[in-house]
Amino acid sequence: MEHSPPPFFNRGPAPVVRVTFFAIVSIFLMVTDARFRYMEPLRQAISTVVYPVQRTALAPVEAGGRIGDYFQSIADLQQENEQLRAGKLKDAQDLLTLDALRAENTQLRGLLDARQRAKSEAIFAEIMYAGRDPFSRTVIIDKGTTQGVVRGQPVIDTGGVIGQVTRVQPLVSEVTLVTHKNHSVPVQVVRNGLRAVAFGLGDAESMELRFLPLNAPVEPGDEIVTSGIDGLYPPGLPVGKVARVDRESTQTFAKVLVAPAGGTGQYRQVLVLRPVGEAPPAPPVMEEPPPKKEPAKVKRQKLRQGQG
Amino acid sequence: MALEAPGQRILLPVNVGFMVLTVLLALGFDLLPWPALKGVPDMLALVICFWCIREPRKMGIGIPFLLGLVMDAANGVLMGQHALAYSVLAFLAISVSRRVLWFGLLAQSLQVLAILLTAQLVTLLVRMLVGGPFPGWNYFLGCFVGAALWPLLSVILLAPQRRPASVDETRPI
Repeated sequence: MEHSPPPFFNRGPAPVVRVTFFAIVSIFLMVTDARFRYMEPLRQAISTVVYPVQRTALAPVEAGGRIGDYFQSIADLQQENEQLRAGKLKDAQDLLTLDALRAENTQLRGLLDARQRAKSEAIFAEIMYAGRDPFSRTVIIDKGTTQGVVRGQPVIDTGGVIGQVTRVQPLVSEVTLVTHKNHSVPVQVVRNGLRAVAFGLGDAESMELRFLPLNAPVEPGDEIVTSGIDGLYPPGLPVGKVARVDRESTQTFAKVLVAPAGGTGQYRQVLVLRPVGEAPPAPPVMEEPPPKKEPAKVKRQKLRQGQG
Repeated sequence: MALEAPGQRILLPVNVGFMVLTVLLALGFDLLPWPALKGVPDMLALVICFWCIREPRKMGIGIPFLLGLVMDAANGVLMGQHALAYSVLAFLAISVSRRVLWFGLLAQSLQVLAILLTAQLVTLLVRMLVGGPFPGWNYFLGCFVGAALWPLLSVILLAPQRRPASVDETRPI
């Protein structure tokens, strides 16, 4: 105690000690988060606290956008109006027959005892910001559990599917884009109904149809839509267009690259759809070791049964 | 350079409210919807680095750690990843804080570049350990942009402390 500095020079623990302490805490947090996912409540709490900062940061951007909209020339608007009117006329014909077709479809499906295709409800949301993480392709949208978003909901924009809600927080939620490295969508080729699974590659512009044989009937330019067999994505939503097909005889499978249809990087307005069916349970994070004690228990039970 | 060499002018004591404000602004900057992240500097890291060099006792390592947790939660990445990177960043900045300020602004930004690169490398290592892919060399581009912004940031963040102590009514600022 005699050698300790007088109290008015006391600066607390040395920086090395402090950085070691905080590094150990961070590593502990990372391990806990990666292995056991115990950090969700902490994450939710922090995200709720940071929400005002996010909104404040976004305010100038939104104001700028609004001013830009205001000064958009009338000519542009008129042109867009004409295009919309033409499009509406073109759609009117289809729309008129749609009701009749829908009724007929319901009747036929009832006859076939098939599962009704649920008309999915949608929640309108805006992308607040893209995750600042080049390793994962995620965006944060401004709707959360308070608005009824649940995990697993598909998210679309005007072009097509952009991803799936993977983490919900009270006011915001996180959408994993279809181009994310570990994301996959069950799809179908429109032209011939060939089913496949589209995997994200981790970059912005491409997905891959894996495990298709070399002679699979896929051509560049084919439209790819969701097949809906996962019960999560409603069937028939555009996912992308085949960009390239490499058939090398040295490989077992054809390499089919798909350009996503949804603007995974461009747009800000998205729709969060309700999943068609129940979301399947998430796979366990780590494989648990196979139960080895099983035989012993069985034996004990047998013994007990023998005694009883 | 128009500015006098750092360390020769007696600055006013720092206003803690101003520190908090700049940190919050930097946090807001990082949470903006950037369309492409290539070369967008991590402004929060830069501001933390600045205050750790200027005010090592006020900033410390605990605040950067907490800010890192906030970044982790807001970005939906592994909890503790930014916290570790910012703690290391703060430690490096604090340990060079006595030396860096003797250099000119450009030489300072080179040293800051080394600190920012180290912190980015920590994040990269963590992600590769967890099993992420290598994101390409563009990943480090933001550090260079950040270091290039250092002289400008120094001038802006020090401006409140450069005001004269006794207010002169005839001066505009």
